[in-house]
Amino acid sequence: MKLSDYEAVVGKNVIEELRSLAQRLSGKVVRNINSTAVGGGVAEILNRIIPLLNELGVCAHWDVIKGGERFFSVTKKFHNMLHGRDEELSPKEIELFLQTSIENLKTMDICADIIFIHDPQPIALIKNKPLFKKSKWLWRCHIDVSQPNPQIWDFLRPYIEQYDASVFSSPSFAQTLKVRQFLIPPSIDPLSDKNKELSGETIEDVLRKFGIVRDKPIIAQISRFDYLKDPLGVIDVYRLVKKYIDCQLVLAGGTATDDPESNKVLSEVTEKVKGDSDIHVLAIPAASDIEINALQRAADVILQKSVREGFALTVTEALWKAKPVVASAVGGIPLQIKHKYSGLLSRTIEGTAYWVKQLLNSPEYAKTLGESGREHIKQNFLLTRHLRDYLLLFLALYHKEDIVNI
Amino acid sequence: MQRLRKAKQPFTFYTRLHLQELTGQKTRDLKGLLKGIRELSGSVIYHHTHRFLQQHQFLSPEPPNDFAYWVAEVLGEHKLGEELASIDTIQFPSIRALREKLAQTIEGHIRYMEKTGQGQFRVSSVEEQFHFIKTISFVFPTPYVAHNLPEFVEIFKKVTINSIYFHVFEAKLRLEKGVNDFSYWIDTSCADLKLSKELAGLDPYTHTLEGLRTKIIDLIEARLEEVKKG
Repeated sequence: MKLSDYEAVVGKNVIEELRSLAQRLSGKVVRNINSTAVGGGVAEILNRIIPLLNELGVCAHWDVIKGGERFFSVTKKFHNMLHGRDEELSPKEIELFLQTSIENLKTMDICADIIFIHDPQPIALIKNKPLFKKSKWLWRCHIDVSQPNPQIWDFLRPYIEQYDASVFSSPSFAQTLKVRQFLIPPSIDPLSDKNKELSGETIEDVLRKFGIVRDKPIIAQISRFDYLKDPLGVIDVYRLVKKYIDCQLVLAGGTATDDPESNKVLSEVTEKVKGDSDIHVLAIPAASDIEINALQRAADVILQKSVREGFALTVTEALWKAKPVVASAVGGIPLQIKHKYSGLLSRTIEGTAYWVKQLLNSPEYAKTLGESGREHIKQNFLLTRHLRDYLLLFLALYHKEDIVNI
Repeated sequence: MQRLRKAKQPFTFYTRLHLQELTGQKTRDLKGLLKGIRELSGSVIYHHTHRFLQQHQFLSPEPPNDFAYWVAEVLGEHKLGEELASIDTIQFPSIRALREKLAQTIEGHIRYMEKTGQGQFRVSSVEEQFHFIKTISFVFPTPYVAHNLPEFVEIFKKVTINSIYFHVFEAKLRLEKGVNDFSYWIDTSCADLKLSKELAGLDPYTHTLEGLRTKIIDLIEARLEEVKKG
């Protein structure tokens, strides 16, 4: 995609403003480093934003650290513990993590003006900061760290505090840190296969492919198979609704290469839905964006019943499609949904079922909520806003003041 | 008409973009909120009194500041919430003055509660606590320069709302210019005191940004028409 392609969505003047801003960073080299090239929200955003940064004249690179299955099991544990789960890291696991980081440092070229590290997997690359005296180091946390397990936070904090600045997705993730913390919510790309407009025919084709017939309302949760997304709870919600409204449930999700737990969750879900032909459990491989788009557009109500969340881009996607959404009030979800205005927030299985019934029985109300949600996303959570925030963030590394004349 | 066509000085449209910085400071009660308002930087006060204007600029009416919204909706202090919401931001020449008014309003409420024993100091849940955030502003010129009022209004129709926001809100309050940039230029460079006063008399806090754009265009075009007719 080219920047000019976004003019039709956000307006020409917004694109002009981006170009003007980027001139102040012309020639700077920004190196992004994360742990996976496919699957998950981080890879998705980098895939979109890196070409646009380059088009704007900022020299953006993207590298991925290497790690075996054991390394990613450890970092998955980090992830769960950052979400607050009561687990414990063993000295062996810590050693494996550090050893893998050292091996990556030996093989990676990380020279850049700005070194932009995403999430905890590559966090220890900061060990090489003394070798790059002119570089600025940024740590971007995409995870809900509102109530982290103290062991993991105490382990990570000394690394974070060596960075020049940190970035979080929600105000509730703010920590007491010695370094500056910026708030940058993520975004979606309105022109991507996952979010662009689809014809009715394409939607029908996808439904046919998955054996879904639109003879009854569709409730859907399109999210990774992960305990933190509570797919088992979603089934309970559906069963409560089903008592009163004949409906069907679509539970569809991809997997990520850095999440070995997803297969386990998927098999538990499959076991729980046995015998109910109105529940469609779809394990969708990476790069099935048109399918995901179509399933979201076909849904009458979309759920995101997460226990913990980073930002929940799946909610952003659903709102962009003007769908009524019922989602847990966790992580970045309250930033996207103002209760009863741009969607509905819930805290329990019973509460979620209550709101789903309301929406299915009141289509006009559901339509109004969906339309307001789409407008809110248009104003605040599209890729162009994200790109602008990153440009400002890079500039902020060179300025300490609150009002910066550039 | 001649007077409207030739400005002494051209008007350069600037814009500003905001980045949000987390302070890490948070509170769950009224006294903590007061402490934050008293002690944290002016950029924090600016953020929480102007955020809604931007993030919900398509929607009106909306709660005009975060303090009022949190006090009413989370702590359930609806009377104080209304008092904070109705603070007339346009009247204040500086963030310092606005901060003082916010603090005095909360202090007055706390004193009243303590003196009369009426009500109780509520504590929010951890999930709904108030997080203090500050706004970092990046200001830079756009390519647009107006040499007269007709040019000005045509450019004004197409600049981003960020540019309008900068000249109306930020210049007056945060940069302490006392009046919005448009009124100043129309008065001093176009010598049109009537139009300048009309623009200065607008309360921008009661409009969405697009609504404000429409209002200002209407005022200027009406004035141009008036002058044309002689």
